[in-house]
Amino acid sequence: MTQAVQLLVGTRKGAWIYRSDPQRRRWSVDGPHFLGNIVNHLVLDPRDGRTLLMAAKTGHLGPTIFRSTDGGASWTEAARPPAFPKADDPANARAVGHTFWLEPGHASQPGVWWAGSSPPGLFRSEDGGATWDGVDGFNAHPRYWDWCPPGESTPDGALLNQIVIDPRDAAHMYLATSTAGVFETLDAGATWVPLNKNVEANFMPDPYPEFGQDAHFIALAPTNPDRLWQQNHCGIYRLDRPSDTWDRIGKAMPEEIGDIGFTIVPHPRDDATAWVFPMDGTTVWPRTSPGGRPAVYRTRDAGQSWERQDGGLPDTQAWFTVKRQAFCADRADPLGLYLGTTGGELWMSDDEGAGWRQIATHLPEIYSVVATPL
Amino acid sequence: MTRVLIPSQLTAYTDGATRVEAEGGTIAAVLDDLDRRFPGLKFRVIDEQDRVRPHMKLFVGQDRAHDIRAALAGHEELMIFGALSGG
Repeated sequence: MTQAVQLLVGTRKGAWIYRSDPQRRRWSVDGPHFLGNIVNHLVLDPRDGRTLLMAAKTGHLGPTIFRSTDGGASWTEAARPPAFPKADDPANARAVGHTFWLEPGHASQPGVWWAGSSPPGLFRSEDGGATWDGVDGFNAHPRYWDWCPPGESTPDGALLNQIVIDPRDAAHMYLATSTAGVFETLDAGATWVPLNKNVEANFMPDPYPEFGQDAHFIALAPTNPDRLWQQNHCGIYRLDRPSDTWDRIGKAMPEEIGDIGFTIVPHPRDDATAWVFPMDGTTVWPRTSPGGRPAVYRTRDAGQSWERQDGGLPDTQAWFTVKRQAFCADRADPLGLYLGTTGGELWMSDDEGAGWRQIATHLPEIYSVVATPL
Repeated sequence: MTRVLIPSQLTAYTDGATRVEAEGGTIAAVLDDLDRRFPGLKFRVIDEQDRVRPHMKLFVGQDRAHDIRAALAGHEELMIFGALSGG
């Protein structure tokens, strides 16, 4: 049994939507949408199956949110995009550089969306993304400037790069940052505490600090929301709640590959299975496929062991990588996996990662790929 | 009324117009008037701290404007440009 899939692709130069036939063999392309815009994330609301939100900016223009309720045929702009409050000292105050992550709210809260920005900020909308307000529980937290020091910056700016909601409890959420690691709230964002025990930050004087880690990506296991996977700047981790101590499962990766990467994809039906796309984090951090030989690695035993999967991928001189939001799974059976590369290629596997084929080439640098049922 | 030059980056807001007119005694007031008529335009140019965004430039006549609180005489032209910032 398979089903048609829609891929929402955000790139450095616009957005594209790919739609498959029921066998996922043929794909039609719809785009570009907003050609020339930097699209960090394009997300479908699973609660209504039709509302799309897009986080966009351009090289010149400030950041905004575009919204479509007709599958991308027409778009309206948010009346009040994410923005920090006006400060007493505007010269040194925060301004949203770009919205990086869009997260539909809990299933019980239609119309609620969350957004993460650069510099790190948490924002919430209660009207389907038309207007946004800052979440003071994080943005105005007394330790905010410890968690998100001014001037701290990954190549594209310091990030609040992810928001994850417990499907069992709308008030229980996690977020990931590039400057302070992972945080947890039990009260819908009113208070946040760091959740980084045993996660390495090898660029800090104390390599295991309370906060300061660079959490590239976190994901809940869909069938076991007590299990979190993390691809960190320094390695691959797993956390099984209620424990608060992460386990460095990336130590089981081959030494010559390492366990550095941007993202991790859990299997939607098997909480022991996940995929990563390793990148070269040695010496000056090339952030390319190790050795120019791209591959995904899969664990089927919760991180005790990993197997290389590179069927169909180039076996030499291929130097792309896959960014935080550009690797995902659908929920079809057999499972489909999709990855978008920094070289503008869109790849898929329909056999759980063993074999890969191209859906598209020559796109701009791909920032995000989201798979949804069509 | 102040004549306003709209750069190509913003013509999606003005239905393609590259020259429009707007009212206001300061750059900020003119931008607010523009935003009423072309919703969303101002935030793409000015951030939430009222700073001109790094890759946009404003000129009043021949003079570069950095502070949107600056007064306009009313007969001047406000020019909005996408800055040439490399690439």
